[in-house]
Amino acid sequence: MKPLTDEQKTNTQTFHEPQLVETNPDFEVRSLDTICVNESHLQHQWYHNLKYVAAGMLLGIIFVKAEVVSWFRIQEMFRLQSFHMYGIIGSAVMVGALSVWLIKRFNIKTIYGETIEFHPKTFNKGQIIGGVLFGLGWAMTGACPGPLYAQIGTGATVIAMTLLSAIVGTWVYGYFRDKLPH
Amino acid sequence: MIEWLSQPWAWYVAGPLIGLIVPLLLILGNKSFGISSSMRHICASCAPAGIKFFKYDWKKEVWNLFFIGGIFLGALLATLFLDAGKPLVVHEDLAKELAEYGITNFNGLVPSDLFSWENALTLKGFLMMIVGGFLVGFGARYAGGCTSGHAIMGLSTLQLPSLIATVCFMVGGFLMANFILPLILKL
Repeated sequence: MKPLTDEQKTNTQTFHEPQLVETNPDFEVRSLDTICVNESHLQHQWYHNLKYVAAGMLLGIIFVKAEVVSWFRIQEMFRLQSFHMYGIIGSAVMVGALSVWLIKRFNIKTIYGETIEFHPKTFNKGQIIGGVLFGLGWAMTGACPGPLYAQIGTGATVIAMTLLSAIVGTWVYGYFRDKLPH
Repeated sequence: MIEWLSQPWAWYVAGPLIGLIVPLLLILGNKSFGISSSMRHICASCAPAGIKFFKYDWKKEVWNLFFIGGIFLGALLATLFLDAGKPLVVHEDLAKELAEYGITNFNGLVPSDLFSWENALTLKGFLMMIVGGFLVGFGARYAGGCTSGHAIMGLSTLQLPSLIATVCFMVGGFLMANFILPLILKL
C-alpha cells in the first residue's frame, strides 16, 4: 500500500474533525442538566409508563395535603416565618440521601434487574445565574415546576397561563443557550 | 381514615415521603427525580424549531410526561376527596402584611386575590403569573434543574453543583419575597 500523500492526509483529517465535534452528546444532554436523562436502556410498551403516573399521583397528593404547593407557605419560607418548608425539603433530602446510599451499598437493582446508574453533575455558571432567576420566579408564583402542575390540579385553572409561560421560558433558554454564559 | 387524611399533613410526614420518591423512581426504571425537564420535552415535542437544545429523542423521556400527568391527577384527587374545606392557617405577620395589599382570602392554596383570570390582564397579574412563570422556566433550564432535580435529587446524591444551585434558588427567593414582591403587590 502506497503511503498517503500530504493532500490525502489533510483530507482524512478534515473528514474526521467535524465527526469528533459532533460526538459529544454528553455535553448537550447530560452535563448541563441534572435530569432529562433516561437511564434505562430497556425498551418497553407505553403502558409500562403507567407506573410513573402512580408515582406522580402520590407526589401530587403529598404536594396538596402538605401545602407544599401553597403560595402562602412559600412566602412564609422566604420570610423565615415558618419551619414547614425547611422541614419538608430537609427531611426529603435526608431520606433521599439515605436511600441512594443504601442502593449503592447493597447494589440494589431496578425491578427489571438493571443496575441503577448515577451521573455526576458538572459545575457551570448557569447554576448561579439561572438559580437566582429561578428563585425570583419561585417566590413570585409560589411554585416550582412540579407544584405548577399540582396547582392546576387543585382547580386554579389560571395557573395554566403560568405553566405556559414557564414552557416559553424553557424554549427561550434553548434558543439563546449558545449566547448565554455557562 | 378519610377524615384523618384530610387534615393538613405535617412536614415530618410529607418530607420523608417526598424523599422516598427518589428511590421509587430509581427502582421502577432507573429514573432520576426531576420535573422541570418535562417542559423541555414539551418544547422538543411541540416546537423544536431546529434548536439544538431540543433536538433529541424526547420519546425516550416520555416517562417524565406520564409522571407530571400523575402529579396533576394526584392534586385533583386530593382536592376532590381529601379536602377538609378549611382555610389555610397563615402566619399572623404574613396575614397582616398581605392584608395591606388586599389579599385576605386564604381559602385556596393559590391566593384568588392575586391569581385569577380577571387579574391575568392587569399589570400586577401579568407580572405575577406571566413574568413569574417565565423566570421559573428559563431559570430552571439555565440552572439545569429545579427544586426536585437539584435540591432533592442532586443533594441526595451529594452533588456540589446542586448545592450551589439550591443556595442560589434561596437567594433569589429571599430577594424577591422581601424586597421586590412588596413593590409588585402595591401596584
